[in-house]
Amino acid sequence: MAINDLLRSSELTWLKSGGTDGDVVVASRIRLARNLKGVPFPNRADMNQLSQVLVATDEVLPELEKSMGMPFDRVDVERLSPLQREVLIEKQLITDNLIKNPQYRATYVSDDRCISIMINEEDHLRIQCWAPGLNLDLPMSTAFTLDDLIESRLDMAFDEKMGYLTSCPTNLGTGLRASVLLHLPGLVFTRNVSSIINISPQLGLAVRALYGDDKEPVGSLFQISNQLTLGFSEEELIANLKSAVTEIVAHERRARKALALYRKEQLADEVWRAYGTLAYARMLSEREAMELLSKVRLGIDLKLIHEVKADCYADILIASHRSFLQNLAENENMSKIEIDQLRARKVREILGGHRMSSEEKS
Amino acid sequence: MLCDDCGRNEAVVHITQIGPDGRIEKNLCEKCAAAYGEFVPAAKQGRSVSMDDFLKGIFSSAAERGEKRTLDQNQLVCPNCGMSYRDFQQTGKIGCAECYNTFRQQIEPMLRRIHGSSVHRGKIPHRSGSTLEIKHEIGLLRQKLQDSVAREEYEKAAEYRDRIRSLEKKIEVQEGGVADGNQ
Repeated sequence: MAINDLLRSSELTWLKSGGTDGDVVVASRIRLARNLKGVPFPNRADMNQLSQVLVATDEVLPELEKSMGMPFDRVDVERLSPLQREVLIEKQLITDNLIKNPQYRATYVSDDRCISIMINEEDHLRIQCWAPGLNLDLPMSTAFTLDDLIESRLDMAFDEKMGYLTSCPTNLGTGLRASVLLHLPGLVFTRNVSSIINISPQLGLAVRALYGDDKEPVGSLFQISNQLTLGFSEEELIANLKSAVTEIVAHERRARKALALYRKEQLADEVWRAYGTLAYARMLSEREAMELLSKVRLGIDLKLIHEVKADCYADILIASHRSFLQNLAENENMSKIEIDQLRARKVREILGGHRMSSEEKS
Repeated sequence: MLCDDCGRNEAVVHITQIGPDGRIEKNLCEKCAAAYGEFVPAAKQGRSVSMDDFLKGIFSSAAERGEKRTLDQNQLVCPNCGMSYRDFQQTGKIGCAECYNTFRQQIEPMLRRIHGSSVHRGKIPHRSGSTLEIKHEIGLLRQKLQDSVAREEYEKAAEYRDRIRSLEKKIEVQEGGVADGNQ
């Protein structure tokens, strides 16, 4: 079953390596918030109205599939177990908001997992599109195509002056949230991340650690996104984000270069130790797996580790999560030790699957 | 010794937490200790401050400044979804598209505080936006027209002027058509 595959596969196309600036930028995402005209926003709508929205969007779904040239999985949140809902959150395909009240909440996930359209989240429609690396233009044009198609069938809540009307005034106007996922081990190690977090608001951008908190980020993953949505065109908002990301990428590369130059021996030792632990450990906690994975990725990007392909990163990132593992084992009541053992086994498996053959190495 | 947290199982782990309330020492069973060791995504820790809190603040402070108006403001209710101005102050969320019309006066200053602007400049829906898309284009052309006049490029200016005229005619036809259809 397709939904089963959606939950159990550790592969996520948009996390794959090889995108533009892929050594630093993991993925790019575009999100558009849209509401149907005349129907109260989901936080204010009754069950009838919510179901009305879902029925209306369900009718457009076949057209979306046709235009994108691939099938979509229609995921009814109410019919998922709490554990399955958590797995989709871990994969970032849905948000916490969507599962708070699961009735008449759904998401349409494209076959390549690069599109997820949430229905009745904070707004009636949340169109999300992803691409690997620094590439905001592709998901933007996909999101616009989807938006145009939906709008050709359903009337959107729009005001001449205020633009697209949204449940939260912070999304008003374009309804656009563009974000970029960055791997910044160099800046974390040289303690420069806090200055980036501090400068960003002045540029209308927000930076936050994806795991852990800003003071103690786990796995050196950061998400940067636009804060303003009104008064600028989508192109301007994206250009602003892009120029900031380009700057951060340059700083991260400089930090890595400095590390490779001044701490060459320690760096090589550290990334190889991390690789060794991931490859042979019998128990791994979520935090440990993330920290080690970040170092291994750095080792691969700096061409210190040749044993394994960069794509192992995305798979391990997904497979390290607690709910993903529990769902895989089909057991909600696993002890921490059991989960840690399963995590270590899964990581070993993934590393084994991505090991370079001797021809590929040369 | 029993676990300090659940009080059921034998405590096997001793932890020391240093937080805002000073040093806390605890004896825990394996199960409860696991909850401390595992890291939690930032958003799930419950102590994350959400944007809504700030919005509530903005709504309330706007109400305080215009104290005389607050009485009638509080009585303002959206005819479509029944949301009152007080609901805004409490939730920081807007109820429906119509609310933006009902509370336009209150919302606009807030938008300028959040976004620094209250005028949309992005994408316009092709169908429900009807003539709006053309109006935007005319606005852009007018800007170009002025620029070219300033640079004394009169040939270009004439070109822009003609395009503006033809677009304006298009609007007239469309709006006239809509009016006819309604009759």
